[in-house]
Amino acid sequence: MRYLPLTDGDRAEMLAAIGAPDIDALFSDVPAEHLLDAPIEGLPMHASEMAVERHMARLAAKNTAAGDVPFFLGAGAYRHHIPASVDHLIQRGEFLTAYTPYQPEIAQGTLQMLFEFQTQVARLYGCAVANASMYDGSTACWEAVAMAGRLTRRDRVVAGPIHPHYLATVETMARFNGDSVASLMPDLDADPNEDGLIAMIDDETSCVVVQYPDILGRIPDLARIAEAAHAKGALLIAVNTEPVALGLLESPGALGADIVVGEGQSIGVGLNFGGPYLGLFAVRDPKHVRQMPGRLCGETVDAEGKRGFVLTLSTREQHIRREKATSNICTNSGLCALAFSIHMSLLGGEGLGKLARINHGRAREAAERLAGIPGVELVTSRGFFNEFTLRLPQEAREVAHRLSQRGILAGVSLGRLYPDVTALENGLVVAVTETTSSEDIEAFAEALAEEVA
Amino acid sequence: MPRYFTEDHEWLDVDGDTATVGVTDYAQGQLGDIVFVELPEAGTSLEKGKDAAVVESVKAASDVYAPIGGNVIEANSALEDDPELVNTSPEENGWFFKLSIADQSELEGLMDAAAYKSFCDAL
Repeated sequence: MRYLPLTDGDRAEMLAAIGAPDIDALFSDVPAEHLLDAPIEGLPMHASEMAVERHMARLAAKNTAAGDVPFFLGAGAYRHHIPASVDHLIQRGEFLTAYTPYQPEIAQGTLQMLFEFQTQVARLYGCAVANASMYDGSTACWEAVAMAGRLTRRDRVVAGPIHPHYLATVETMARFNGDSVASLMPDLDADPNEDGLIAMIDDETSCVVVQYPDILGRIPDLARIAEAAHAKGALLIAVNTEPVALGLLESPGALGADIVVGEGQSIGVGLNFGGPYLGLFAVRDPKHVRQMPGRLCGETVDAEGKRGFVLTLSTREQHIRREKATSNICTNSGLCALAFSIHMSLLGGEGLGKLARINHGRAREAAERLAGIPGVELVTSRGFFNEFTLRLPQEAREVAHRLSQRGILAGVSLGRLYPDVTALENGLVVAVTETTSSEDIEAFAEALAEEVA
Repeated sequence: MPRYFTEDHEWLDVDGDTATVGVTDYAQGQLGDIVFVELPEAGTSLEKGKDAAVVESVKAASDVYAPIGGNVIEANSALEDDPELVNTSPEENGWFFKLSIADQSELEGLMDAAAYKSFCDAL
């Protein structure tokens, strides 16, 4: 599609056709006192491109960027190395669109990419079918809950200690959907409270939502929770915020999760100031596909028997089913899914396993060093992947703030995630990836030892 | 066994207190190739005029409304694997569900075969 600017002649012709004397006449409904007749007070006048660039660069320099300092923030968004080839390839003209295909069959390349993306997500999650992606992990989490409600025709949701932002998304949507949500607060115990979670499941429960690894980096026993949920006729939804973990951990689908959702940002997408991100969504049982939300790409053959790709099962979607659609999402995160797919293709199964082992190794190195500081304790007994929680001898939010002023982004305090929960205030969630060097770990450990001494 | 028709292109065979419900040959022709049928579970209580089933073709997904009220006794499980029965045998093997009739008076006002034929001819 070309952008063709209008000429004055075009404008005059169109205005004559609708009987308007000039363009201002089209805005005659706006009350005169609200129409601007002078520059807005307090706003600087326009400046040259170069001056604006210089100004913005000065503002940007006030930020502490992830790559500038020892960086241990995670809790749902992870800093990973993205090969330069990913950014190069996603900008190729054949690929570059942030959008879902709306005239899909003419965009065979886009459809093939989405089909391969779906295949990667399904394999990563141990599921039969994945969709073409959603907005982000938290909205994918809600969509899974809504889907479980449709499948079980029940409206009680049981949520374990999932990321509080994911829980907030679920609770917000549930309020308008008529679902009730019972959630379990995390604690600073070494093991996830599976007994407590299982005790909350009853015959009215539509689904149990479990984060894997959980918000504190612990690894819940998914198989055991799946069995308990299934015994009551409820579905298990596994939520994953760090897909690299699945390069080492057993996939949620293989452990009995019925719907697996998560954030895909770690692979190919980057931190991006918190968005745009990439929601991943997959179902273990192909029978459940019709209740799945989102776009779905399928492989087929054309009239001449040649391989081709289509958007399939669109009758679930809003543009066809209107208010009875499985979801109001009628799009996908096209560009982020492309970045994920290219990065994942470059890694391959073996590369993902290798990356996961490097992450885990670095995290163990950091955990051992940090937990050796007097008064600092590691909150886990079963192990962790690349993220763990430390119990500090004082309020972690304050400590993290002081460390940030010393140029170390030390981790996400539980006090930040759960304000006003006294039992959690000494918890600090620390993420360590392949981008973390031994020098970073040493700098963090030395500064932390001084702060808590 | 009397057969009734609705303006939503459904048919009902009434046998005492039981009615078998499906969509008509005219309906399947309009829908095109049927790829999926979502049926109500046995025991579901249906109210006249409310959603009872969904029929999905390559062109569209359409709701099938309960022509009368009642409890679902049985759904046609053959449609799960063979939804195209709705195309090949709409008014026989492609039936959707059987219900126990809640109120016989709801049958009043439905069309017979001749009335339905002229209804379709006028469309």
